[in-house]
Amino acid sequence: MRVRGLHYSVSQRPIFAGVDLDIERGSVTAVMGPSGTGKTTLLRLITGQLMADRGLVEVEGQDVAGLRRDGIYRMRRRMGMLFQNGALLTDLDVYENVAFPLREHTRLPERLLRHVVLAKLQAVGLRGACRLMPAELSGGMARRVAIARAIVTDPQLLIYDEPFVGLDPISLGIVLRLIRLLNDTLGLTSIVVSHDVHDLSAIADFSYLLSGGLVIAAGPPSALATDTREEVRQFMHGLPDGPVPFHYPAPDYLEQLRQLR
Amino acid sequence: MLASLSRELLHNLRTALQALGAYTFFFMRLLKEVPRALLRFSLIVEQVHNAGALSLVIIMLSGLFVGMVLGLQGFDLLERFGSEESLGSAAALGLLKELGPVVTALLFAGRAGTALASELGLMRATDQLAAMEMMAVDPVRRVVMPRFLGGVLSMPLLAAIFSMIGIFGAQLVGVQLMGVDTGQFWSQMRSAVEFGDVLEGVVKSCVFGVACSLIAVYEGYHSVPTAEGVGRATTRTVVISSVVVLLLDYMLTAAML
Repeated sequence: MRVRGLHYSVSQRPIFAGVDLDIERGSVTAVMGPSGTGKTTLLRLITGQLMADRGLVEVEGQDVAGLRRDGIYRMRRRMGMLFQNGALLTDLDVYENVAFPLREHTRLPERLLRHVVLAKLQAVGLRGACRLMPAELSGGMARRVAIARAIVTDPQLLIYDEPFVGLDPISLGIVLRLIRLLNDTLGLTSIVVSHDVHDLSAIADFSYLLSGGLVIAAGPPSALATDTREEVRQFMHGLPDGPVPFHYPAPDYLEQLRQLR
Repeated sequence: MLASLSRELLHNLRTALQALGAYTFFFMRLLKEVPRALLRFSLIVEQVHNAGALSLVIIMLSGLFVGMVLGLQGFDLLERFGSEESLGSAAALGLLKELGPVVTALLFAGRAGTALASELGLMRATDQLAAMEMMAVDPVRRVVMPRFLGGVLSMPLLAAIFSMIGIFGAQLVGVQLMGVDTGQFWSQMRSAVEFGDVLEGVVKSCVFGVACSLIAVYEGYHSVPTAEGVGRATTRTVVISSVVVLLLDYMLTAAML
């Protein structure tokens, strides 16, 4: 998958101003960056939910912008995506949530479908929770069910949007392990979007750091950690002040107080 | 002052036309999906249960009370002209042609319409619709269509039940309470009510069913994915449905007189 000269803006506000990315087959690639840099927007552009103003987004040799609706749907059948909150269908139980893509796209006999669904639930450790409703799951469990649903159709590309948000350390460790394990055992290509630098560095083969609408650093996580450039250092080491200022742009403090009086 | 007023009027008119256009496009898209949706009839049956069966209690209770009020008011009015035996035909015609379809549609908008709009709005706010898109499942085909058709099929059935219970309520008050002769009540009704009167009610309830269901699924599907957005979509569903039902009622009555 590759992205070349990607430009995208919302209401005249540029989000991307020439982003270049390459995702290698079989790798786990981390896309990091401060909040509001457009990481989720990048995923939406890759999956064809949004269309770029300019530039190329190519998935398996196909230009996403050139695809019609049915072409995009065909492309998505080879992708799986994990949303921030899991996005499980709340009126279906865990089993039916995982079975959902198979029921919609295939005519598998019920016995075979059951085998596939239980195998995927076993892979994420939740076979025993198959009759629970989404409301009965913890955040970590919901995330794991969503992973099972994302891999049930055996996709080639798996995309994770902020998979660690709100997880306790145990759930976070499980999800981290699953991302790496599934990628290696199923031969997937994974893109993980997050701002969780340290956890992501442990499992990623390659990292991109986005800021100000551009890729400001790219390389193995260890290389990014030792990068001396100020904007990279601030993000990788979590420094409160730096090129990304602590204060939101504001008029002179004293002047503003006087005005209020 | 006048210039800004006319500018605002023009802006509102343009917004209303844009909304009408968006509704029309959405409706055409739904119509295109009807044959495919009918192939998965179990999904529609589920929604007939949600929109129809779960609205039964409120429809039956309201029908009973509306019929009872009609019985009282009708008796009071007809007694002045010495023709209280016509109560049966007056109640039946009023309910079948007018009150049944209209009140059912208003109650449907309040009960099932708001449920549909908030359900779809919440599905959007919690990324469930986006997740379906990512699974290459068209949410309009899988989620919106069964709900739309469920509403369309439920409305005439609910209106029929409303009218039936309403007539029973009118009979309860007119015959049992006010002393109108039972035979007169039913025979007058049978001679006055024609097939065309029943058909008018059926046509109205079908049209209201399409309108209310369309408004509910459109507003829910296009709601802003926030708590405020879902709330606004639910409110808009009731307000727009109520006004549209009353407007359509006038137009249909005028056309079928």
